[in-house]
Amino acid sequence: MIELKQLQKVYDQQQDAVIKEVTVNILPGEFFVMVGPSGSGKSTILRMIAGLEPITGGDLIIAGERMNDLPPKARHLSMVFQNYALYPNMTVSENITFGLKARKVASATQLQRLSDALALVGLTDYAYRYPRELSGGQRQRVALARSIVSGAEIILMDEPLSNLDAQLRESVRYEIKALQRKLGITVVYVTHDQTEAMTMGDRVMILNDGVVQQIGTPMQLYELPANTFVAKFFGTPQMNVLTAVTDWKNQGVAIDTPFDPDAMVGIRPEAARLNPENADDMAIEFWVATATQIGSETLLFGTINGREETLQFKISGHLDVPAEQFITLYIPRNALHYFDLNGNMLAKVGV
Amino acid sequence: MIIPIREKLWRYTLLIGLSVLIFAPVLVGIWVSFLPNTAILNGQYFSAALTLGNYTQALTQTPILRYLFNSFVVAGLVMVGQVIFSALAAYAFVFLPFKGKNVIFYAFIATMMLPFESQLIPNFQTLRWLGFLNHYAALALPFFATAFGTFLLRQAFMQVPMALRESAMVEGIGHGQFLYRAVLPYAKTSLLTLAAYSFLTTWNMYLWPLITSYSDNVRTVQIGLRQLQATEAVNSWGLIMASAILMMIPSLVVLFLSQKAFKSGLIDGAVKS
Repeated sequence: MIELKQLQKVYDQQQDAVIKEVTVNILPGEFFVMVGPSGSGKSTILRMIAGLEPITGGDLIIAGERMNDLPPKARHLSMVFQNYALYPNMTVSENITFGLKARKVASATQLQRLSDALALVGLTDYAYRYPRELSGGQRQRVALARSIVSGAEIILMDEPLSNLDAQLRESVRYEIKALQRKLGITVVYVTHDQTEAMTMGDRVMILNDGVVQQIGTPMQLYELPANTFVAKFFGTPQMNVLTAVTDWKNQGVAIDTPFDPDAMVGIRPEAARLNPENADDMAIEFWVATATQIGSETLLFGTINGREETLQFKISGHLDVPAEQFITLYIPRNALHYFDLNGNMLAKVGV
Repeated sequence: MIIPIREKLWRYTLLIGLSVLIFAPVLVGIWVSFLPNTAILNGQYFSAALTLGNYTQALTQTPILRYLFNSFVVAGLVMVGQVIFSALAAYAFVFLPFKGKNVIFYAFIATMMLPFESQLIPNFQTLRWLGFLNHYAALALPFFATAFGTFLLRQAFMQVPMALRESAMVEGIGHGQFLYRAVLPYAKTSLLTLAAYSFLTTWNMYLWPLITSYSDNVRTVQIGLRQLQATEAVNSWGLIMASAILMMIPSLVVLFLSQKAFKSGLIDGAVKS
């Protein structure tokens, strides 16, 4: 188990901490994703766990032992880097066993682990190739194999897929996830991609400006975002967040908030319907500025009657909605999210 | 690029003309080395029969082979020494964190501005004190530390992605292993450049060997050549030219070999992604 206790990173005493008191327990065998926009500190936390970056506050405990001041190799973990970090002058198998050789693992064990790892990542036929002769996806699999072969129970991954093209990214994503399940290892995975976080993570920690916004399963983050940052981070298109709900009543849109009327309301774009499903569905008059067909869905951009913000709604099905006119959209009450004026979640109706 | 034929013509005329002009002394030297001495002294440059006599005389009656051997040992020692020590120093400057790294590095580089002549006397004194004068050690040791080589390799090592070093740290690969198995192969081209450069400069060195070696057993070929000229009563120009040509051969071999290596090195870099 990896425990972070009020972990801090301060580069310059005069300035604010880059990582502010991150506390989380990462369970054995868990696929733990750290996600956030660039500069949010997710890679810094990973590098602090790895020992590549000194920890300036708090404790890092791995398997019950305080690791703050131990060098990387004493932490018994392995790491996969964004740019693969393969040695260009070594073949695939040399790359994979280099670490084992340095640690003087018996050569029979080396060979056994090498062939196991190569089989796992499907590169048995490429053992004697050089990295430059492999595609990006294959190189990343070599890097994975190198991590697996080390026997470490914890693998840290720093945006391992961001150098791959979109299609490859998807398939390698599943491969990594399947491997992790099969081997029962703990993976700490850093990404800025919400899809990766949602599809791979058992639990996801979302960061912004070095502060943890929320930790939970992907569904929890999606269904019950702790604040507007989390709400807007997950889901494409973004959740619509509207302020000053009290005004709505004057605009013919009635939301009976169970809270102080000075609240914000979040509506997921896909929550909108063209026909009412429940009697108390919220009906909004929506001015359609543009309607875009994207395959099986229709994206509507526009404004609510009399309001400023541009909203997006996603209606499933191929709809012929004429632009530049009002339509009525129905939103189920239980699809509404409420936030206070600081952006923190109040509650979600119906959940 | 398309060049009009007229311009091409005069460009090439100029290039060929200039290269003949520059190469002329060497051509004269080669020609003279095949002439018998009497012919040279009588000015019969084109009427005399060509002979290999000068070469056989140089090889059998002068210590030129010994000189060549000495030069070879000294240049080889300096080459190996420079590559090893520059690589170690450059590694420290790139991969080891320590206080005042930049200051020390710039001080290191600043020594390049000191002319070698200004170091002659201190170096001479030191080696005399060590009792190394008239030994190979005296000819090679002062050149083991080189600011140029360290700078060249530092720049090359800086091309190694930091992730490689970090990955090695996580895997528990030590500095020695990392230098030998990862960094040196990565900077192969620069290592070859430095090796060729240090071999050639040492081979052509004159002043330092002149003042630190005084027996045929250690004297290098450059000094030996001068020696030939002085010891003969009547200068045997054919013999001297033949020796000079013999002396050029190792340099040329090194140059051609390294050029081939540089080319393949360049192509390696171009294809690697």
